This record gives sequence, C-alpha cells and structure tokens, in this order.
Amino acid sequence: MSDLRDLYQEVILDHSRSPRNFGHHEPSNREAKGNNPLCGDKFTVYALVEDGIVKDVSFEGRGCAISTASASLMTELVKGKTEEQAKAMFECFHQLVTADKDEPLDEALDKLNVLAGVRGYPMRVKCATLAWHTMNAALEGTDDTVVTE
Amino acid sequence: MPDTAPRPNDAARFDLAAVRDQFPILKQPSHGKPLAFLDSAASAQKPQIVIDAVSDTYARQYANVHRGVYELSERASAAYEAVRGKTKGLINAARDDEIVFTSGTTEGINLVAQSWGRANLGPGDEVLITEMEHHSNIVPWQMLRDEKGIVLKVVPFDADGALIMEEFEKLLGPRTKLVAVTQVSNALGTILPLDRIIPLAHDAGALVLVDGAQGIPHLPTDVRALGCDFYAFSGHKLYGPTGTGALYCRSDLLADLPPWMGGGDMILSVTFEKTEYAAPPHKFEAGTPNIAGTIGLGAAIDWFAALDHEGLAAHEADLLAYGTERLMEVPGVRLIGTAPDKAAVISFVLDYAHPHDVGTILDQQGVAVRTGHHCAQPVMDHFDVAATVRASFGAYSSRDDIDALVAALGEVRELFG
Repeated sequence: MSDLRDLYQEVILDHSRSPRNFGHHEPSNREAKGNNPLCGDKFTVYALVEDGIVKDVSFEGRGCAISTASASLMTELVKGKTEEQAKAMFECFHQLVTADKDEPLDEALDKLNVLAGVRGYPMRVKCATLAWHTMNAALEGTDDTVVTE
Repeated sequence: MPDTAPRPNDAARFDLAAVRDQFPILKQPSHGKPLAFLDSAASAQKPQIVIDAVSDTYARQYANVHRGVYELSERASAAYEAVRGKTKGLINAARDDEIVFTSGTTEGINLVAQSWGRANLGPGDEVLITEMEHHSNIVPWQMLRDEKGIVLKVVPFDADGALIMEEFEKLLGPRTKLVAVTQVSNALGTILPLDRIIPLAHDAGALVLVDGAQGIPHLPTDVRALGCDFYAFSGHKLYGPTGTGALYCRSDLLADLPPWMGGGDMILSVTFEKTEYAAPPHKFEAGTPNIAGTIGLGAAIDWFAALDHEGLAAHEADLLAYGTERLMEVPGVRLIGTAPDKAAVISFVLDYAHPHDVGTILDQQGVAVRTGHHCAQPVMDHFDVAATVRASFGAYSSRDDIDALVAALGEVRELFG
C-alpha cells in the first residue's frame, strides 16, 4: 500500500475527484482532442491565447485518476503563462515522468512533483501525459487528434 | 442462471491442483504475492508440455517444411502437418485439408474477407455482424465496405448483453451474403445462440463465419454439428503459442476460393507468364509458416483434449457463479454483461474508480486483470463506459484467484471509495 500511496497521493486524489478548470471555458480560440486508445480515455483541451499569453485553459472528457489529476494540474500551471513557457513546462513534465533519475522540478513546477510516482508504473506514463500532449497540440494549432500510444 | 449454476460434484471431480501444477508461470510470484492470473481471455498461459514442444522442435527437429528432402525437414514437415489432423479432431471437421493454418483468428477473418469476400461480394451485398464483435470481426468488413460498396449491418444486444434475436431475424434479408458472428463475446462473456443463428442464416441463403477465439477454450465445438461455413480461432487462447491458429473452411467452398497472399509454398509452378497454385489448404499458406509454434499448438490441442471436459465445464461454471456472487458483494460494483448464457468472463466497473486505476492497484496485489475497452469499443459505447475491468478464467483458475481479486478491490475502495 505504501508504494501505491506514492502514486495516488492525496493531491492527485483531490484533483481527480474535483478537477480544476473542468468544462469548456468560453471564450476560447484553441482546442485539441487527445485519445489514449489503450484505455479509451479522451480529453479535449480548450485555450484562450491572446498576445502570446495563455489567458485561460480548460478541459473536458473522462479519464482515470492519473490522467484527470494531471490535466487539472496542467490547467492551473499553464494559465497566465506565455505559449513558450507552457510548451517548456510540457517538456519538463515529460522529463519528470519518463526520466531514469529522480530530479525534482524547480520551484515553479513544484506542484507537478506529485506525479513523479508515475515513473514506477511505465504503463501509466501515457495517462499522465495525455492532457499535456493535448495542450501542446492545442497551442500548436494541430487539428489531428493526439494519440498517446 | 440455470446454465451457470455450479455443479459441485463435477467441479469437485476436476483435478485443479494437477492442472495448475503444469503451468510454471503460476509458481512465479507477482509483486511478492501469489499470482492470481485473471486475463486468460486476452491470452492463456502455457502448460509445460506446450513450452517443451516448441523448444524441442528447435532443439531436435527443426528445418523448413515442405522443402528439403533431408531427414530433418521430413520430420519437421510430418510434425507440422500432423497438427492439421489434430485441429480437425478438435473441431470435428470432415477433412484435414479443410484446416488452413493462420497466425490467429484475426488472420483467419481477414482471409475470409480478402479471399471469399472480394471474390463474391459486390455493391449492396450485406454482411451481418453483431454489436458485440471484437474489432477483428468489424474492421475487415469495413475495409471491404470501403473497397466494394458492401453494406455492413449490425445486430444489437439487450441491456444484459444478450443478442436480440428478433432484430437478427429482421436484419437478415435477401441481400445478406454472410453472417459473421462471435461464438462468445470477449468483453461480456455472452455465449451466442449459434444453433439458432446458423440455420436462420442458411435459410436466408447466407454463409456463416464464426469467430471462435473466445469460444473454443470454453465450449465443446463441432463445426459440422454447428453447420458453420467458416470457423476461425487462435492457438494462444487455447493454451498454445502466440502466432498460431487455424481457419476451418468447408472443403467444397475452399476449393473455389482464390488465394489471398502470394509467395512460396502456395504454388505448383511459377513462370513470369503464369502461376499455378497449390491445392487447398497450402494455397492459403504463403511463405514459411510458424513451424515450431504450430507444433506447439498441436501439443496444446492434445493437452486440452485430454482434460476432463465435463469437469472443466463444471469448474468454469463454478468460477463464473462464485466470481459473480463475490463481486456482487463489493460496494459500487456494476456488472457489464449479465446474459443468461455466459462463459467464464466477468466484466465490471466501480462507481468510484476508473478501471485503469483499479488495474494498477490490483496488480500490486498480484492480481492480473485486463482493463480497457477489450478491442470492443461499440460494447463500451452501448453501456456508456470508456472501459471495464475484466476478470476471465481458464482451466487453471481457482476460487483463490477470485478471493484475491475481491480482497484487492478492498484496497481500491480504501484509496478511492
């Protein structure tokens, strides 16, 4: 059970039960769909980008606790950042959940360290990264559905 | 549930300990716990005798088949071809040459679609499938629809996951050329009433393809008694190696089918002007086949045939009944698939945890279940779920496995409930 508590920390359970920025916030001018065919999880991420700033970001869809919490945390962190900062966060987060070494993220991204436990569960990394890939695609303006497989 | 009620005498007679003892993987712990392997519907584990048959082939009698005149090739060819007879016996086909070796059910269905389908179906011709088909019995027909303009019709199932026979009869019409139907639903466990479906289809002038991937490990299968025209199954779900399987096709039908893959081993003679094809079944087996795997499939068929089948049926019925009863005790469980006639497969969801999270937590307790859409997304859509947790049983499964599952679900509840 102690191992599982590393994965399912209280913060994750909280965000999965009460996801932040859930539901389509309007207005928005960017959106992308993400799909994890392994488990059937599907998210749509909406963003309002003005003058290079991600002024608002929201998501809807359904997924497991890991993917939902990660999506929720993503919206909190990305909101108010520049597009470049948001994309850089995506890269940092990807490193966090896939890297071999245990290197905590810097202070700005400290909130995401709760998801580092996913590293121990390779089959679940795609759950954690689904919303991030989708956010990245929304910012890139890619129309294709993002598939994490 | 009259058909799934435990018959304690038969079930007790089944020598479970002796069966389990033959599966080395079951002796290996998982996360420090005894392995409770509940994913046999995805792929069954292998008894030692199958593992030995594959490794002995490579160690003692391996060479390419149907080619060499030397002793090793003759022995490998004889061992490989002998599996045709074993497969014929398993499903009670009439002749050895009605058995085409394939890489599995998926290849068997694609063979029918690409060979029989392309030669015999045209615009407006209808193929009838069911709402509970595996993707492998949907997509090949959609590919043919896009190429040939055939019409794909889908027979719905009811709230329990039983096929609605009235709808089947309504959809069956003069344009129906093929009914392609599963024997047992992989996601729901439903056993389809083939004894009613096949005569109705034939009366309407349609042929019948049966997807036997999930049926053959659980049900006695006699293709002549069923009267089906095509029957496809996979070796790996029948305790045999991956990449093996067979397609049964009635010999009079098989004789007229065009080849679907060209290559070596399927020809009589080749010049740049013209090729003469080998007779069936070799006409459908281009290239070097899965020699060792198929010999392993032969060992699996022998092993399976030697089981006490009344005892096995009673054992699996007991697992289904016991598993259903224990799961119903778990708070927040909703069973997906409650048809009166079911094989030993239980799909469910919890109202407080996503199947994927459930799967990870169960795994930590040594319980291996399948979580996801089970390659049957239309079934998930029917029940408005993205995924389910599926516990599926094999000959080696035990009540202890079910107890481990239910105990591990307690851990899920502790975290998420």
